[in-house]
Amino acid sequence: MQVPAPFDYVRATSVGNTLELLERHGPESRVVAGGHSLLPMMKLRLARPEWLIDINDVAELRHITEEPDRLRVGSLTRHAALLASDVVGRLFPIVHDAEKVIADPVVRNRGTIGGSLGQADPAEDLTTVCDVLRASVVIAGPGGERVVDMAEFHRGPYETACEQHELITEVRFPIRPRMGSAYEKVERRVGDWAVGAAGAAVQMADDGTIADAAIGLTALGLEGLATEVAAVLVGQRPSEDLITEAGRLAAAASSPVEDQRGPVDYKRHLADELTRRVLRRALDRVGATVPAA
Amino acid sequence: MTTVEERSTMPQERESNPAANAADRPIGYGRIQRKEDPRFVRGKGRYLDDIVLPGMLHGAILRSPMAHARLVSIDTTEALAHPKVHAVITGKDLEGLNLAWAPTLSADTMAVLATDKVRFQGQEVAFVVAEDRYSARDALELIDVEYEELPVVIDARRALEPGTAVIRDDKEGKTDNHIFDWEAGDKAETDAVFARAAVVVSEEVVYPRVHPAPMETCGAIADYDPIDGKLTLYETTQAPHAHRTLYAMVAGIPEHKIRIIAGDIGGGFGNKVGIYPGYVCAVVGSIVTGKPVKWVEDRSENLMSTSFARDYIMKGEVAATKDGKILAVRTHVLADHGAFNATAQPTKYPAGFFSIFTGSYDLEAAHCSVTGVYTNKAPGGVAYACSFRVTEAVYLVERMVDVLAQKLEMDPAELRLKNFIRPEQFPYKNKTGWEYDSGDYEPALRMCMEQIGYADLRREQEEKRARGELMGIGVSFFTETVGAGPRKHMDIVGLGMADGAEVRVHPTGKAVVRLSVQTQGQGHETTFAQIVAEELGIPPEDIEVVHGDTDQTPFGLGTYGSRSTPVSGGAVALAARKVRDKAKAIAAAMLETRPEDLDWEKGRFFVKGDPSAAKTIQEVALGAHGTVALPDGIDGNLDAEVTYDPPNLTFPFGAYICVVDIDPGTGKVKVRRFVAVDDCGTRINPMIVEGQIHGGLADGVGMALMEFIGFDEQGNCLGGSFMDYLIPTAMEVPDWETGYTVTPSPHHPIGAKGIGESATVGSPPAVVNAVVDALAPFGVTHMDMPCTPARVWEAMQGRPTPPI
Ligand SMILES: Cc1cc2nc3c(=O)[nH]c(=O)nc-3n(C[C@H](O)[C@H](O)[C@H](O)COP(=O)(O)OP(=O)(O)OC[C@H]3O[C@@H](n4cnc5c(N)ncnc54)[C@H](O)[C@@H]3O)c2cc1C
Repeated sequence: MQVPAPFDYVRATSVGNTLELLERHGPESRVVAGGHSLLPMMKLRLARPEWLIDINDVAELRHITEEPDRLRVGSLTRHAALLASDVVGRLFPIVHDAEKVIADPVVRNRGTIGGSLGQADPAEDLTTVCDVLRASVVIAGPGGERVVDMAEFHRGPYETACEQHELITEVRFPIRPRMGSAYEKVERRVGDWAVGAAGAAVQMADDGTIADAAIGLTALGLEGLATEVAAVLVGQRPSEDLITEAGRLAAAASSPVEDQRGPVDYKRHLADELTRRVLRRALDRVGATVPAA
Repeated sequence: MTTVEERSTMPQERESNPAANAADRPIGYGRIQRKEDPRFVRGKGRYLDDIVLPGMLHGAILRSPMAHARLVSIDTTEALAHPKVHAVITGKDLEGLNLAWAPTLSADTMAVLATDKVRFQGQEVAFVVAEDRYSARDALELIDVEYEELPVVIDARRALEPGTAVIRDDKEGKTDNHIFDWEAGDKAETDAVFARAAVVVSEEVVYPRVHPAPMETCGAIADYDPIDGKLTLYETTQAPHAHRTLYAMVAGIPEHKIRIIAGDIGGGFGNKVGIYPGYVCAVVGSIVTGKPVKWVEDRSENLMSTSFARDYIMKGEVAATKDGKILAVRTHVLADHGAFNATAQPTKYPAGFFSIFTGSYDLEAAHCSVTGVYTNKAPGGVAYACSFRVTEAVYLVERMVDVLAQKLEMDPAELRLKNFIRPEQFPYKNKTGWEYDSGDYEPALRMCMEQIGYADLRREQEEKRARGELMGIGVSFFTETVGAGPRKHMDIVGLGMADGAEVRVHPTGKAVVRLSVQTQGQGHETTFAQIVAEELGIPPEDIEVVHGDTDQTPFGLGTYGSRSTPVSGGAVALAARKVRDKAKAIAAAMLETRPEDLDWEKGRFFVKGDPSAAKTIQEVALGAHGTVALPDGIDGNLDAEVTYDPPNLTFPFGAYICVVDIDPGTGKVKVRRFVAVDDCGTRINPMIVEGQIHGGLADGVGMALMEFIGFDEQGNCLGGSFMDYLIPTAMEVPDWETGYTVTPSPHHPIGAKGIGESATVGSPPAVVNAVVDALAPFGVTHMDMPCTPARVWEAMQGRPTPPI
């Protein structure tokens, strides 16, 4: 049995209480949500917090609330809850695409959206999803609340704008009309982290051109959105050539590294292949037809 | 004789629910639910880590972070100062007890705790004994070890190059990393056939390093009683008796003062045959502290340091005529054995039974040579349900037959049918010296083709290829060689490969069977009860199966290489027959007649011509222990013990066909269908047989598609967790479709051949052949396992890469 280094443990009762506890126990205290990233690292003794502040009782962090122009998701919302939510599936099918391939049911029953974004693993799927949906993140701290967009929130692998003494409370997704989205991941086996994945969201204009587009990649060495790809899409009518070009540019924007999951050229190929697939599916979902070449 | 029976999944073959339908239940062979399952499905199995002894302490092992380094110093002061630590044991301490090094199962030595150098990442360096497992782990961090890094030897292909670091400089005069050269078959004759053959194909075929990864990791609890000098050792072992003898020989504790207890074992697959340093350290820890010491490894320790499997780089060549008659097979193998030659195999067979690489085909000649080398990797080599390297042999020949089929543009099934050993040739002596006991191959392959709809699939594939879709059909046909001995040819560290069994019928007609073999999930408590039931007519639920305790069971070599049914199954059947002979004499006395005048029908003796004058086996049991006047030479019990020395191995076989679809954009392989037709001779409990096959097929798909223990250039193990070492889930495997033929072993008491490893042996080539078949439009003739998306895509780009 792998066992972590010694630590103390306390259960928080509210957001305010969590912040107090973080303050009280100082820089070596860490929030634990689903625990599916933090606990494995502790067992390997790669993470050695002195205090774990368990937020699983903080009910105010667990909700999925639809408002006219946005969907608010509490940070303690489990992967399984996102996957089970009809509202989420209707508004943002990309979330269901991604959730179906995040880990396995056991992990999804505990792992949370806040923990996923907070962990910021380079192969983590929801960061890409939030990127392309232009989500924003609500961070509570001793000085009150602030709302940051994903570009500001996600600073790079394992680094976010949420400081050690702060708490992610909510993720907000803007609801936009005539929008389609999709996600696809290649994994070596169910439950494996991505070899590579791509997400796309497109918003169509009334004249049948693409009004807004966002493409993101997971585990393929691209931080944030592939802006070059969006640039060629916006204002254009969907076409095979356009999709091909988008794939080519996504591959060019990626900078993957070789590991056990595959070599660089394969991963670059995936950036291309998967970008084309998710773009096509996102367009399809919004009812935009792509004329045969 | 062969009888081809109906598909095993026919409804009438389904087992009845024993509780609901007691009258239908077979007393003997047939489908019955497993007697051990009530405790497993309730979570009441008793695995090593469930055992808690009074006052028990906990051990943990400090392991080397480096693959090759000189040990400069070890400072244990701080660890010893930990308030909960009772002892810290290092190699130096063991040297004092002459236990720092121990013999392996392959005439080599291995370090128990490192003294001079560490030779692989994860090697055992020190052992901490503490009050709880948490403190034991905490104290590991307090041990200060200074290492001096040495150049590593990771690539087996370069291990013998001059100037390479010498890993085993502990061995006097050792100046290279060579372990052994071994060959089988006639080289000159084989070369001559190759020289005149019209067609020769060759490929380098790699069977990469994989790991058995049993659900339960390895562990031990040592409980040494200083008063009576007795050591009770609870262990995760597949071979309790062999272990007891080895501990006696190595540690100097007299054998009668050692008791090995193996409780429920959560999977072994060969991983739990050897003796690991952790077991020895637990024993020393208990002797030193005077308390029981438990040591259980974690998942990473299991994957990084215990017996791996395979790691064979095989150059395969086949010689044939233009019309597809296979003439000869030859191969040279480079075998990576890691830092210590610790494979568990019969002494005379350093490459196990690899020389069965001639497969199921009637050849004119065959030759193999195998070179074993040391590298800075964990030791092992024979594990993971491989039947002593039959896995590698079958993979090689079945892959190469497909390479030939592709070259000749022949259908791979047709090519196999053309070359099979014919039924009238059995017993068949192959070109490397094996005598195949029985076989009838064509019906099995034809049944498999029929069941999967082979011709239709080929048509579908043609249509799909025209549309650019990638579909592959892979055929494999294997012959296994299992059930070692005979003991005159086969031993493990001098212990002959035979197994004992004792059958004892109690006065009330209930029975107990004691076995030397050790279940790890195979259902021994059911299968062996059924063998006795078949012989004596006592219902299986009235028969208790005792195993896994050396104080309670007869000697034998244990369970691996699919030995249990072929060897102990023979012992049990013969012991039961001895009991029956004795029962007959007693029944005759009870019926006041002569034994020759009695007939036997399952469960009772009756007077010939007068079926009403009868005694049931239960009545005889009471008589045997009661007041019946016993005939001369018959004593008052109903017991018998037999040690079975098999006259030959048994040769199960099977035909497997796999269908895959490959995503051309991502290289991802989906196994769509898999039909397995197996022949293991007599089927004792068809449900258990199928369970064994299902598990082995999942193993095979896992190895073919994802399992792989890799190393980086520094010798870091890249497969040290289940995030990195992937084993298949229900999502990666199809619903298995099985079928069977029955060709009993002519030399075995009940005609049974063993089934435990057939599917693990036979399925990887079926999957890889299907993948290569799907990729044929890209000109691919071979790709190595694991067929991960990236590696398949590389093959599609015309550059398949070996995994090592
Ligand atoms: C076997 C396995 C496979 C997996 N596969 C995938 C996969 O394919 N794709 C994928 O995306 N993920 C995968 N994961 C990760 C999984 O989704 C995790 O659950 C998730 O990344 C972290 O969520 P958590 O709630 O478990 O976070 P925790 O482990 O509890 O926390 C992770 C980090 O986030 C911080 N944190 C948690 N909540 C907050 C908060 N509200 N505010 C501020 N900081 C917070 C913690 O302090 C910690 O540093 C896998 C995990 C496992 C164990």
